[in-house]
Amino acid sequence: MWLKDSSIGRKLLMSISGLFLVLFLTFHLSMNVVAIFSEEGYNMICEFLGANWYAVVGTLVLVAGFLLHIAYAFYLTFQNRKARGNDRYAVTARPKGVAWASQNMLVLGIIVVLGLALHAYQFWAKMQLVELQHMAGAEVCTKYAADGVYYMKEYFTNPIFLVLYLVWFGALWFHLTHGFWSAIQTIGWNNLVWLKRWKAISNVYATIICAGFAVVALWFAFVA
Amino acid sequence: MDKTINITLKVWRQRGPKEAGKFETYKLNNVSTDSSFLEMLDILNEQLVNEDKEPVVFDNDCREGICGMCSLYINGHPHGPDSEITTCQLHMRRFKDGDTITIEPWRSAGFPVIRDLMVDRTAYDKIIQAGGYISVNAGGAQDANAIPIPKRDADLAMDAASCIGCGACVAACKNGSAMLFVSAKVSQLALLPQGKVEAARRAKAMLAKMDELGFGNCTNTGACEAECPKGVSITNIARLNREFISAKLKD
Repeated sequence: MWLKDSSIGRKLLMSISGLFLVLFLTFHLSMNVVAIFSEEGYNMICEFLGANWYAVVGTLVLVAGFLLHIAYAFYLTFQNRKARGNDRYAVTARPKGVAWASQNMLVLGIIVVLGLALHAYQFWAKMQLVELQHMAGAEVCTKYAADGVYYMKEYFTNPIFLVLYLVWFGALWFHLTHGFWSAIQTIGWNNLVWLKRWKAISNVYATIICAGFAVVALWFAFVA
Repeated sequence: MDKTINITLKVWRQRGPKEAGKFETYKLNNVSTDSSFLEMLDILNEQLVNEDKEPVVFDNDCREGICGMCSLYINGHPHGPDSEITTCQLHMRRFKDGDTITIEPWRSAGFPVIRDLMVDRTAYDKIIQAGGYISVNAGGAQDANAIPIPKRDADLAMDAASCIGCGACVAACKNGSAMLFVSAKVSQLALLPQGKVEAARRAKAMLAKMDELGFGNCTNTGACEAECPKGVSITNIARLNREFISAKLKD
């Protein structure tokens, strides 16, 4: 299968799974922003998603996308380090025009995954997971399972968690500024005119996404 | 009057592909700033020979930036600190008195060191042999104007064809990927009517050979483009991706 046996195929898997995750971030942000305008509205979304079959299927597809993206990140990095050879350069310099993020995507990705683990523990494990456990007949407290606002207030008013989340969004921003246009380039939708445009679109989009998440976190830390 | 500088060189010395290499430090005095980088190395070698030491082995040929033989990684940059020139076009006026210059070979699994600063770049020849050509019946050449080609395509093909196959893209790439070279060689033909006939087969064959020879996966850092002595654009890589993916989807 050329998707896994050729270098462009493997990169295409990274690209498509990455774009899928970008799409997910867009949905996630749209939901979060609701919480600023209406806390009841946000909890209605939590209720609507909950552990309904479509939300569970969505979560599974999402997890598959994450796993594919992460597994290939490590696999490709391993191959790339091998291709670099055994002797490392004694002196290295980052050439002009090469973004720092582009050369540190794995490190940034690891920070994003660590943040994701914290986030899943703080929200997913207390919301969808609790509902699933409840449906399975386990003895769990479901009082806050669909009360996302309760958890946002609880965590974001804690300065340590707030800073951790902001660092997470920062790493995500760097990851997206390279990842978005790079995914387009890998698919082949690029030329001399669009190269600069895609890079600009990446920067704008990454800023909208990450600033959006940060604004919601800060809103619950200081305003709500 | 000639201006001269005194410099210190840290040069990678390695006796063979399987042997461990290390840096040797040499002092070189009164180097004319008008001399080219390779002339400076010639002076170093003359000095070493006079001291009954082994001269430093490095690749070079035309010394005018068109053959692609010279290949030094100087102070962290393939072909040195200047942009869009080859090592042989680099001059000592670019350096200051008292500078320490670190000279390394291309480091990549695809380009094993033969000796000192000379690496084996036959991998590139193998990639070209896999598909970097067009098949035509020999015979009298037809009139050049018989096949109309849009100016834009002709220019893009010419820009891609300016690749001299020196390997700086692989040397610069943190992934040891040869995508800029392969994409330039695919693009220069894929853009022209004569090359379109075999475009799908070419993209698949050249990429398969590149993967087989142990080059890495492109992550679009753009270091290759930044260090390319001919300024070959990474948009060629997008074209290669396009050619390859559409060829595979048609299979």
